[in-house]
Amino acid sequence: MAVKSYIDAVREAMDLALEKDNNVLIFGEDVGKNGGVFRATDGLQAKYGEDRVFNTPLAESGIGGLAIGLTTQDYRPIMEIQFFGFVFEVMDSIAGQMARNRYRFNGTRNMPIVVRSPYGGGTKTPEMHADNLEGMVAQIPGIRVVMPANPADAKGLLLSAVESNDPVVFLENIHLYRSMKGDVPQGYYTTPLDKAAVVHEGTDVSIISYGGGVPVALKAAEELDKNGISAEVLDLRTVSPLDIQAIGDTVTKTGRVVVVQEAQRMAGIGASIMSEISERFILSLKAPIGRIAAPDSVYPFGQAENDWMIKSDDVVAKVMEVVNYD
Amino acid sequence: MRDVIVANKEILDFDNQMQVQDDVFPILHILDSDGEIVDSESLQRAQLTEEDFINIMKRMLLSRQLDIRSTKLAKQGRFGFFAPTAGQEASQMASSYAFKDDDWLMPGYRDIPQIVVKGWPIWKAILWSRGHALGNVFTTEEGKPVNSWMPQIIIGAQYVEAAGIALGMKKRQKDAVAYAYTGEGGSSQGDFYEGVNFAGAYKANAVFFIQNNGFAISTPRAMQTAATHLAAKGWAAGVPSIVVDGNDPIAVYLASKEARAWATSGKGPVLIETLTNRLEAHSTAGDDPLRYRTQADIDAAWKKEPLIRTRQYMTGQGIWDEDKEAAYITEVNALIDDQIKIADKVSKQKISDFIKNTLEVPSYAMAEQITKFESEGK
Repeated sequence: MAVKSYIDAVREAMDLALEKDNNVLIFGEDVGKNGGVFRATDGLQAKYGEDRVFNTPLAESGIGGLAIGLTTQDYRPIMEIQFFGFVFEVMDSIAGQMARNRYRFNGTRNMPIVVRSPYGGGTKTPEMHADNLEGMVAQIPGIRVVMPANPADAKGLLLSAVESNDPVVFLENIHLYRSMKGDVPQGYYTTPLDKAAVVHEGTDVSIISYGGGVPVALKAAEELDKNGISAEVLDLRTVSPLDIQAIGDTVTKTGRVVVVQEAQRMAGIGASIMSEISERFILSLKAPIGRIAAPDSVYPFGQAENDWMIKSDDVVAKVMEVVNYD
Repeated sequence: MRDVIVANKEILDFDNQMQVQDDVFPILHILDSDGEIVDSESLQRAQLTEEDFINIMKRMLLSRQLDIRSTKLAKQGRFGFFAPTAGQEASQMASSYAFKDDDWLMPGYRDIPQIVVKGWPIWKAILWSRGHALGNVFTTEEGKPVNSWMPQIIIGAQYVEAAGIALGMKKRQKDAVAYAYTGEGGSSQGDFYEGVNFAGAYKANAVFFIQNNGFAISTPRAMQTAATHLAAKGWAAGVPSIVVDGNDPIAVYLASKEARAWATSGKGPVLIETLTNRLEAHSTAGDDPLRYRTQADIDAAWKKEPLIRTRQYMTGQGIWDEDKEAAYITEVNALIDDQIKIADKVSKQKISDFIKNTLEVPSYAMAEQITKFESEGK
């Protein structure tokens, strides 16, 4: 174990993936000599050469097409979309092509592609850089959407994503890149996809979250501990497909739920979790499900960002409401 | 000083620039519409043997018969979606004749005949048309892989994907190329440009075809772009780009063969615009060409279609005649009859199979859905 930042864990995973399998390639805008705009691929081109870590022309759809085509030559591409707000330019490659190819070719073709991309607010970026668009991609059958919330998971989940024969959209939280540090196991290891993790044990209420929402939920849980309320925090880690069993386990354990997401409230992951709970576990509930999400506006310009984003105080207040419901 | 003044004036003369654009794309043609060779040197350069001519003729006839039969079957409700190919036989069959088994074909939805001649059994093409995923298993009857993607519906996607295949081939140091087809409508897509540009930037092994058949459903070619020739779009990406008489199988073959040689030499991709004509409807799904073009226009186009001139030339050379053609058409139709019977015997596509093939390992919710549909036999 060593304490590492989230972005160092991401880079270490790619380093190990390149070392382990010669078929792994990394490409995207500025990922080569410059090491990516966040330095996630810093040093990898120098170490593995321009043949395996290389820049692309500035066109996201081209990057997606490149990845799909390279799979026919037995490569395992890790393609970077510089900011997930730019995903609209590559939606056909992701939703119209790579997600559909397994079923389209009657199961005869794998799509071992990782679409890495930074997302999330809190760093005053220009427009189109910070949006939480996971709900949009999570609705596409045929891709996995993975959103690690800590450095150890970032490394283990990214290595699992590279090993996966399905396309994986791997979303890395910009704010956590450098602000979050944590213990990261040494060497090559994989953390299973599609499995949620209880990251704070509790008995009174369940807070279900993912990605950048998890540290907010954890901060709330610590605050609630001080008030004598034992909150369990479930980190989904993969938002598509959902780990319905883990959701069921925590719901049946506590009977009270607050769902926390950084994305806007409308039609998102939170809504999906709430409807699964309503359909499958409603008789375990002792109170209506609470939800903390961003307002239903487009992602705000920088000056309003801090007011717009979800806060742990809001989570604490919502949990109190749910816990005190008779 | 004086030279700069003259040069600057020319740079700012936009009328002149338009004229220059017109002049730089002469059309490659070797066999004219009367079956006469207009350039015997290029004919020599193509190095087509008697056997090659017969093969190309047979492939074009196969394509025409597939078109006739598919259109008929669609009218009877025994086929699904089919995009007619009549008129484009030289553009499709003489181009694909220049490529090899190891090359990767990236077709659009009208490019079914190129996949068939690469070894994709006709019964699978019928299943594809009928909406069955078994059609998209690209292997020969003997189970050998056929290096083809499924026919793209999103008509720019095959271009960006071809760039990826081509880059992979270059990295693997293969003596092979990716060859992709779209139409003049497809060349308006952003992906068209991204694909050509990426392949150019990486000097990757790709040959791109624009089959300019005059119409994108109902929209005429003139509405797609102000560019005098669609091939000009390849120049913008720094890629050799040429215009070919798409109804002249010798010109189409020669251009394709030389483009392949260039692309495998490490110099990068080539773009070929074939000038051809869609003689029939956009698809069998209720399109009526007389809503957007005249009968006179269609009649004129039929006079220039590739089979007439090829038949004339080969008959003149003493390597083809009416009996040979009739015998081959009989043979092809018997084959198509057999293939329809095979396709008819395949059991219906199941939803449960689709769900099983959505992810490598189905999710919890998917597993529930598979169980439900399997219990209903769906």
